[in-house]
Amino acid sequence: MLKAKVLIKRLSLFGVVFFIASLVYAQDFGDAIVSGSIADPRTLVPILASDSASSDVTGMMFNGLVKYDKNINLVGDLASGWDIEDGGLGIVFHLRDNVFWHDGAPFTSADVEFTYQKLIDPDVRTPYSSDFERIKSLQVIDDHTVKVNYKEPFAPGLSSWGMPIIPKHLLEKEDLNTTGFARNPVGTGPYKFKLWQTQEKVELLSNHAYFEKRPYIDRYIFRVIPDEATLFLELETRGIDSSGLSPLQYTRQTDSAFFRKFYQKFRLPAFGYTYLGYNLNSDKFRDKAVRKALNYAVSKDEIIKIILLGLGEASTGPFVRQSWAFNDKVKAAPFDPAKARALLKEAGWFDRDKDGWIENSAGKEFEFTIATNQGNEERIKVAQIIQGRLKDIGIKVKIKVVEWSVFLTEFIDKRNFDAVLLGWALGREPDNFDIWHSSKTREGEFNFIGFRNPEVDRLLEEGRRTFDQEKRKAYYQKIHEIIYEEQPYMFLYVPDGLSILSSRFKGVKLEPIGIGYNLIDWWVPKTEQRYKEVIQK
Amino acid sequence: MLSYILRRLLGIVPLFLGITIISFIVIHLSPGKPTSIEQALNPRVSLETRAKLDKIYGLDKPLHVQYVNWFSRLLRFDFDRSFRDGRPVSEKILERMPVTITINLISLALIFLLAIPIGIKCAVNENRTFDKITTVLVFITFAMPVFWLALLLMDLFCIRLGWLPVSGIKSLDFDYLSPLGKFLDMSKHLILPIFVLSLGGLAGVSRYMRSSMIDALRQPYINTARAKGLPEDKVIYKHALRNAILPIVTIVGLSIPGLLAGSVFFESIFAIPGIGRLFYEAVMMRDYPLIMAEVVLGAVLTMFGNLIADISYAVADPRIRFKGNEK
Repeated sequence: MLKAKVLIKRLSLFGVVFFIASLVYAQDFGDAIVSGSIADPRTLVPILASDSASSDVTGMMFNGLVKYDKNINLVGDLASGWDIEDGGLGIVFHLRDNVFWHDGAPFTSADVEFTYQKLIDPDVRTPYSSDFERIKSLQVIDDHTVKVNYKEPFAPGLSSWGMPIIPKHLLEKEDLNTTGFARNPVGTGPYKFKLWQTQEKVELLSNHAYFEKRPYIDRYIFRVIPDEATLFLELETRGIDSSGLSPLQYTRQTDSAFFRKFYQKFRLPAFGYTYLGYNLNSDKFRDKAVRKALNYAVSKDEIIKIILLGLGEASTGPFVRQSWAFNDKVKAAPFDPAKARALLKEAGWFDRDKDGWIENSAGKEFEFTIATNQGNEERIKVAQIIQGRLKDIGIKVKIKVVEWSVFLTEFIDKRNFDAVLLGWALGREPDNFDIWHSSKTREGEFNFIGFRNPEVDRLLEEGRRTFDQEKRKAYYQKIHEIIYEEQPYMFLYVPDGLSILSSRFKGVKLEPIGIGYNLIDWWVPKTEQRYKEVIQK
Repeated sequence: MLSYILRRLLGIVPLFLGITIISFIVIHLSPGKPTSIEQALNPRVSLETRAKLDKIYGLDKPLHVQYVNWFSRLLRFDFDRSFRDGRPVSEKILERMPVTITINLISLALIFLLAIPIGIKCAVNENRTFDKITTVLVFITFAMPVFWLALLLMDLFCIRLGWLPVSGIKSLDFDYLSPLGKFLDMSKHLILPIFVLSLGGLAGVSRYMRSSMIDALRQPYINTARAKGLPEDKVIYKHALRNAILPIVTIVGLSIPGLLAGSVFFESIFAIPGIGRLFYEAVMMRDYPLIMAEVVLGAVLTMFGNLIADISYAVADPRIRFKGNEK
C-alpha cells in the first residue's frame, strides 16, 4: 500500500517533470520572420557595408571572432576564447574547430588572416580600416589559432574583432569592390543566403549545420518598404512581423485590441544620445559659465515629454546607462532659469538696455544660430523648444535647417557653425577618443566642436592602453564626470529604442542588449505558423 | 528628307556634349561628397580612411580629368559602376526598367481608353449637368495629392475591407504559386498603384479631349454634315472625332519618354522597385556615375523624341520637308 503510494507519488512527479519538460522542449521548427526596413541593403560583403540595412542582413549570415552577449559583455563567437599577451601587445584567438561555411568548407585561421589583409588593403572600399591599421602583424599559429600583434596596446582592438570574417576560398581571386559575392554571399552564421530581389526583399534560409544549433525559424525575410506610413499599414495587415516604432506609434497608434492580440512591443534605452554641440572656438561659448547657464535654462524633461512622449531620459554625458563606462553619480542639472540668469550676469551678460535681450559690456546682444540637418523633424522641434527657452532668459536663437550632405561638408567639416543639434550613435565599446581627444580637431575629424582638455586626453589614452575593465571603468567614469562639468555639449536626451514583433514568436526576451541576441531560440507553435515550410535538401 | 534627318542628327552631337558637360560640372560642384555621406559622422571611420575612399572612387583627381575619364567610358557604352554597391550602373538601371515600363504602359493605356470617351461625352453635353459634374470631379482628382489618396485607399481596401495587399508587387510566397496564381497575385498588387497613377493623368487628358472636341464641333463642316442629314452619331464619331483626336495623338507621343520615368512618392508608398527611387537615392547619395547615366538616358530619350516628332511633322508638312533643298 505504502509502496503503491510512493509509486503514485513518483509517477506523478515524473508526470510533472515530463509536463514541464514538454513545455520547455516543445519548440516547433518552421515558419518565417518577416521584418520591414525602410532601405534596401547596399552590399552583402560585410566588411564593406556601412548602412544599417546591410549590417542587419549580414549580421544573420556572418560571425566575428567575438560578440556581445545579452548583458553586453564581450564573449567568443567564432573564437572560443582569447588570451592577452605581452602586456596587451598581442591577442591570441583560439578559434572553434566545428565551424563550417555555408558551402561546407571548414572555417580556419586562413580566413581570419584573409579578412585582415582585405581590411587594410588600400584598394578595398572598406570604411573600417582604421582599427586594423594599428596591427603590426597577424600570425597564423595553426589552423585554429591566430595571434594579432599590435604596434602598441589597443584595448578597443579586441571588440573590433567583432568584424565579420569572410571566406578566403571564395574571395581569394575576386575584386572585393565588384565581386558577385556581394549579391550571393556565403557566411558561417545561423542563416544562409537564398535570394535578393532589389528594393523588394532579401530572403535567408536557416542553416541546419550552424555551429551553435539549427534555428527554429526556417526563413528570415527582409522586406523593403521605403515609406514609413506604408510600413505601419503593413503591420496593421500583418504583412510584416517586426519593425521599429516612433514614440507616437508606440503610445497611441498601436494601443488597440488588434495590436495587443497580434503583437508584442519592446522598449529599451538606445545606445546613443542627442546633444547641442557648441563651437568652442567661438567667443560666445568659450566661457564655461555661459555653457552651464544655457544648460540650466533648457528643460530636458520638457523636451522628452513633448518630443519623445516621455519615452527617454535626460542625458548626463558621453555614455549611456547600459554601458559599463556610465557614471551614475553624474546627475543631470535641474531646469533653473533663475540660476541661468545669475550665471550669465556673473559672466557679464545681462539686459543692460532693458529691451528684453541680454548684452555684454560692449553692448552686443547674445545671439547665435542652431544648425541641424533636414529630414529629422524631431531635431527641428527640439531646436524650437531650446529657442523658446533661451528667449526666456534673453538669448536670441536662430534655427538653420540644411540638407544632410551640405550640412556635413559645409558646416561640420569646415567648423562653420555656432551650435549644432545632432546625435551620436554609440558602439558598445566605450572608447570615444575620436570624439573627445584634442588631436582629433582637424577638418573632417569628429571633435568638430574643438574640445580640448588635457586630463580627458590623458584618460582617453590610458583607456585605450589598458585591457583591465575595472581600471578602464574608472577612467571612463572620470571622463564622463569631467565632460558633463565642462559642458562642451548641452547633453539633451537618450531616446528609447521602440520596436514591435508579432506575438506568435515565442522565446523572445528583452535583455540589456535588446531582443535579437537569441534569435536562433525563437520559435512559432505549429498552429500559429503563417508561412509555408521549406524543405532543404 | 534624308538630308533633313542628317542635319538634325548632326545637331544632336554638340547638344549632347553640352548637356553632359554642364550636368557633370553642376553635379560635382553641388556641396556634399559621396564619401562623406556614406561614412557620415561614424567615429569608426577615420579621416585617412575617407581620403582612401576618395582615391578609390577617383574623386581626388581634377574635375576635367574625371570628366574625360567618364566620357571615354561612355563612348564604349560603359556607364561605370555605382559608388553605392560597386555594381555596373547599366545593370542597375536595366533591372528596374521592366516594372516601371509595365506600370506606366498599363496606366497610359487606361488613361487614353477612359479619357477619350469621357472628353467626348463632356463636349457633346457641353455645360450640361454631366459636363459640370465631370468637370468638378476631374478638378478634384487633379488637385488631390497622390500620397494622400494612396494612403486613404490602402486604409479602405487593404485594412478595413482586407481585399488587397498593402504594398509591394508580389506576395512573399509568390515563388511557390502556380502560373495563374502568380498572375492573379501580381494583378492584386498592381490594382491600387495603377488606379492611383492613372487618376491624375485621366483628369488632364480628358480635359484636352473635351476642349479639342468642342473646337471641332464648332467647325463649319460639322454644320454641313448635320445639314446634309447625317445621323448625330456619325457627325460626332466620324467627322468631329477624327479632327479632334490629332492633338491627343501628339500627347501620346510626348508621353513616351515618360514611360521610363518613375515617381519617388508613388514608388515609395507602394514599395515598388522602380526607376524613380533609384535615381532619387542616387542624387541623395551623390552616386555620380548613376546620376550621370540618368542624365544621358534622359537627354537621349528627349532628343530622339523631339527628332521623331520633327520627322513626323516633316512627313505631314511639305513646307518643312523641302525648306532644306531650296537653297
